[in-house]
Amino acid sequence: MALQSLDITARSATTRPMPSARHTTEVAKLIDISKCIGCKACQVACMEWNDLRDEIGTNVGVYDNPRDLSDQSWTLMRFSEVEVQAGRLEWLIRKDGCMHCADPGCLKACPAPGAIVQYSNGIVDFHEENCIGCGYCLTGCPFNIPRFSKKDSKAYKCTLCSDRVAVGLEPACIKTCPTGALVFGSKEDMILHAEGRITDLKERGFSNAALYDPQGVGGTHVMYVLQHGDQPELYANLPKDPSISPLVSLWKGIAKPLMSLGVGLAVFAGFFHFVTVGPKEVEEEEERS
Amino acid sequence: MTNHWVDIKNADLILIMGGNAAEAHPCGFKWVTEAKAHRKARLIVVDPRFTRSAAMADYYAPIRAGSDIAFLGGVINYLLSRDSIHLDYVKNYTDFTFLVKDEFTFEDGIYSGYDAANRKYDRATWGYQLGEDGFVKTDLSVQDPRCVYQLMKAHYARYTPEMVSRICGTPQEAFLKVCEMIAGTSAPDRTMTIMYALGWTQHSYGSQMIRTAAMVQLLLGNIGVPGGGMNALRGHSNIQGLTDLGLLSDLLPGYMTLPGEKEADYQKYVEKRTLKPLRPGQMSYWQNYPKFFVSTMKAWYGDAATAENNWAYDWLPKLDKPHDLLQVFEDMNNGKVNGYICQGFNPLASAPCKVKVSGSLSKLKYLVTIDPLATETSEFWQNHGEYNDVDPARIQTEVFRLPSTCFAEEDGSLVNSGRWLQWHWKAADPPGEAKTDQEIIAGIFLKLRALYQKEGGAFPDPILNLTWKHKQPAAPSAEELAREFSGRALKDVTDPKDPAKVLVKAGEQLNGFAELRDDGSTICGCWIFSGCWSEKGNLMARRDNSDPYGIGQTLNWAFAWPANRRILYNRASCDPAGKPWDASRKLIAWDAGAGKWAGADVPDIKADSPPEEGINPFIMNPEGVARFFAVDKMADGPFPEHYEPMESPLDVNPLHPNNPKARANPAARVFKGDWATFGKADKFPFVATTYRLTEHFHYWTKHVRLDAITQPEQFVEIGEALAKEKGIRSGDHVRVRSNRGHIVAVAVVTKRLMSLKVEGKPVHTVGIPIHWGFMGIAKNGYLTNTLTPFVGDANTQTPEFKAFLVDVEKV
Repeated sequence: MALQSLDITARSATTRPMPSARHTTEVAKLIDISKCIGCKACQVACMEWNDLRDEIGTNVGVYDNPRDLSDQSWTLMRFSEVEVQAGRLEWLIRKDGCMHCADPGCLKACPAPGAIVQYSNGIVDFHEENCIGCGYCLTGCPFNIPRFSKKDSKAYKCTLCSDRVAVGLEPACIKTCPTGALVFGSKEDMILHAEGRITDLKERGFSNAALYDPQGVGGTHVMYVLQHGDQPELYANLPKDPSISPLVSLWKGIAKPLMSLGVGLAVFAGFFHFVTVGPKEVEEEEERS
Repeated sequence: MTNHWVDIKNADLILIMGGNAAEAHPCGFKWVTEAKAHRKARLIVVDPRFTRSAAMADYYAPIRAGSDIAFLGGVINYLLSRDSIHLDYVKNYTDFTFLVKDEFTFEDGIYSGYDAANRKYDRATWGYQLGEDGFVKTDLSVQDPRCVYQLMKAHYARYTPEMVSRICGTPQEAFLKVCEMIAGTSAPDRTMTIMYALGWTQHSYGSQMIRTAAMVQLLLGNIGVPGGGMNALRGHSNIQGLTDLGLLSDLLPGYMTLPGEKEADYQKYVEKRTLKPLRPGQMSYWQNYPKFFVSTMKAWYGDAATAENNWAYDWLPKLDKPHDLLQVFEDMNNGKVNGYICQGFNPLASAPCKVKVSGSLSKLKYLVTIDPLATETSEFWQNHGEYNDVDPARIQTEVFRLPSTCFAEEDGSLVNSGRWLQWHWKAADPPGEAKTDQEIIAGIFLKLRALYQKEGGAFPDPILNLTWKHKQPAAPSAEELAREFSGRALKDVTDPKDPAKVLVKAGEQLNGFAELRDDGSTICGCWIFSGCWSEKGNLMARRDNSDPYGIGQTLNWAFAWPANRRILYNRASCDPAGKPWDASRKLIAWDAGAGKWAGADVPDIKADSPPEEGINPFIMNPEGVARFFAVDKMADGPFPEHYEPMESPLDVNPLHPNNPKARANPAARVFKGDWATFGKADKFPFVATTYRLTEHFHYWTKHVRLDAITQPEQFVEIGEALAKEKGIRSGDHVRVRSNRGHIVAVAVVTKRLMSLKVEGKPVHTVGIPIHWGFMGIAKNGYLTNTLTPFVGDANTQTPEFKAFLVDVEKV
């Protein structure tokens, strides 16, 4: 849903310039995995605020429930049992969901005008009324986030509660988090907050603690504090160096200019035809009939 | 909690053992993350499972379920043998120097006075040597072999790191690492808090587990100080209020006790409870028992309670024995109970050994459930296939379901773990025919009273004389009841030092229990709550979180019992001269200029008594100090001793291999028929432990869609080693059997349940969450308490849900 209080700075399949007169602070959600107890309160808050209700599923032998992201579950906890140091078990619990990339692969890939937008505060939002259900956004996403609804064949994902943020509230998951594992604010402040947490973790023996703000997608507006910053894949396969799929680059980098050229050529040919042959004249008899 | 949730942020070290705060108390757990983030606190978790709390820990040590006394006894041994104790604290504020009777003995796991036939102790020898002045004899040099220090040191010398590891399965280096971290908090400027819950209470010696931990805290000087304490995390939102108000079967409000059947004489009843000081100059606050008791009886019986009729003492029931949950179901099973009223209680799911509970309910003439939900108990007679395979035609119990409101549909106060009475306001009208609990109970009472008025009956006085002066007799308001708990003056209450000075005028609300009188001039429904609703208004409704001292005590937020005090025994945060042990964490101090104790908290000491007067911090104890030696207060011994769970993988207690009487708790009550229901390790080789998950609240939230989505289906947790042995993979269905029944659930195979080496043999643990049943919208499942044994703690009779035996097989 378009929100008038947020300026749109990028819009899928649109070339006309976007507004840039106003300045908006870039926001970010920081997920401190070292403080996350996996209580799933954020999952519940997300469903409550966004009017989502996933199915009551089954247990398949893990704590992760629902089993995967869906059109009804825009965020979920992924639990990993790892032993980075022999004999020292760790239960790493990662809240998964849209990362709100600065360079969003979904938006780049999307052929439907205005189905995916990026606001001036950095939030990447899906406007499902414009979605054509092609699935290119999923190809474009390096984090495997968007999910299709069986009901309306449109793609859904976390909005970072753009509706709440637009009016000065924090996202629902942030509001509900009991341990302070989720914090929200300007991206600048969140980076600062993360630095304090990383210093603390290093003192506790996590020498590779680091902020996850991958530059391959231009940085993200959802960032993690990782105890093992050198091995993000430990956290339920969080990609180490995410980047936009080459297919999207192909589409944007080669296919699209080629197509644009094709369109341009067609227009040019039409104009040439008009100039050389002149406008099409309709016979009077034809008009009468 | 001796302290409270917010105060956890003041800790340097946090030990979570016998609980899983991150899982069961996620909101309170935030204060652990606060302490870690802002005080650089370290977190230790000791648990049979690598829990959600363990995921947050700086150090985790595994332990066999049910062996915590061995572990903590080992910690005591470590501290005493290295003198890693807060010596000034223990010498002044505990019974270290007290001399114990010569007749008291401990031989091969059994204390003096044991009656094996009745599984009970005669506790006559469990006491102090008293001088001719009536005070306890002491030896300040602590050299006397009969002083508590020497007895304790000898008792725990057996708990060597080797022995701890043999019993607990905890690797020695892990145990020693935990000891080392804990010992660091013996410094006066370092504190540890201990957070525990049902992981300690639900054993046949649970009270003694908690005592052992309290002894560790006392040795370290960690009781009464900010960031310290023994912190029981209560489960239900108002379970603290339940015990405060005396709803346990042998209690009266404010932890007064019901008389026994031999206590027909009122004077003897109060004299026994009006405890005289056992050391010179001590407060021994229970000396005020008659004031609390008379004020309670005046609240109940009003004008009918008079000095002449001993304040209606004869109308109180006199107990033949405690009528705890297990006793009631035992009696019901024996056909001695006709009717049972379950108010906010689902015993078919919550009580041990479902087959016995179900059989017992089937023998009732009638069952009443008062609950917002259709509970398993209210539907116990229905056949729900494998999950409740009963034949309704054979059950004649008549069941009445009285729908009640839930917390959001009523006004009232809830007491949290930190003893805060927090008022809450109704948010929505109840659906359908649901009524508040007050309305339901009032309805039953008014009907009963009318019947007694009409028909007389064997003993109508206690019913007919009950005060019921409510503005709406059929629906007493929460405000009226709260004012009654807090207390009111019936006549002018004057200052004992100056009778001309009126402290509270007749008809006014009291300021606190110091104003209670034993002459019938005051009423107070629960003395420890006194002052929560004074003439200043409803203090429970306060929501001012200002923290002028920056130490998180927020005295203007709600009301904490007693006397709005946030940290119990806080006098112990100062040295004997009245100076805080740790200047950076000043809670209270003696202000010589003003001639009073003052600071961030309400002082837990006579406010104008200078330190020289020597009133010690543990004012509720007649000794004035804390007890390592519990004298005759515990049913199973003055010092905690490790015993095996009633069902254990070990045939003998490694501490007493040649004494079968000392295998399991010798004072745990076992009903005759239940011995045969206990299983042995040859058929049931694995240790089982039951617990809760953060996604659910007991058996309630399986009725809630959002909770059901996040944890939809029953599962059991099995370690990788056991899974391999049994050919079980994650997601397989497994049958878990005990000697009392079986359940079938999905297997979650995990690294988090480790196989431990106990007495040289591997011991596997099977983890069984409790939340599923045959009512609600989550996937139906088996009641976990199908499996659990019908035996409880020797002192509280809390069932042994945390350690029993099962077998597991793939289905």
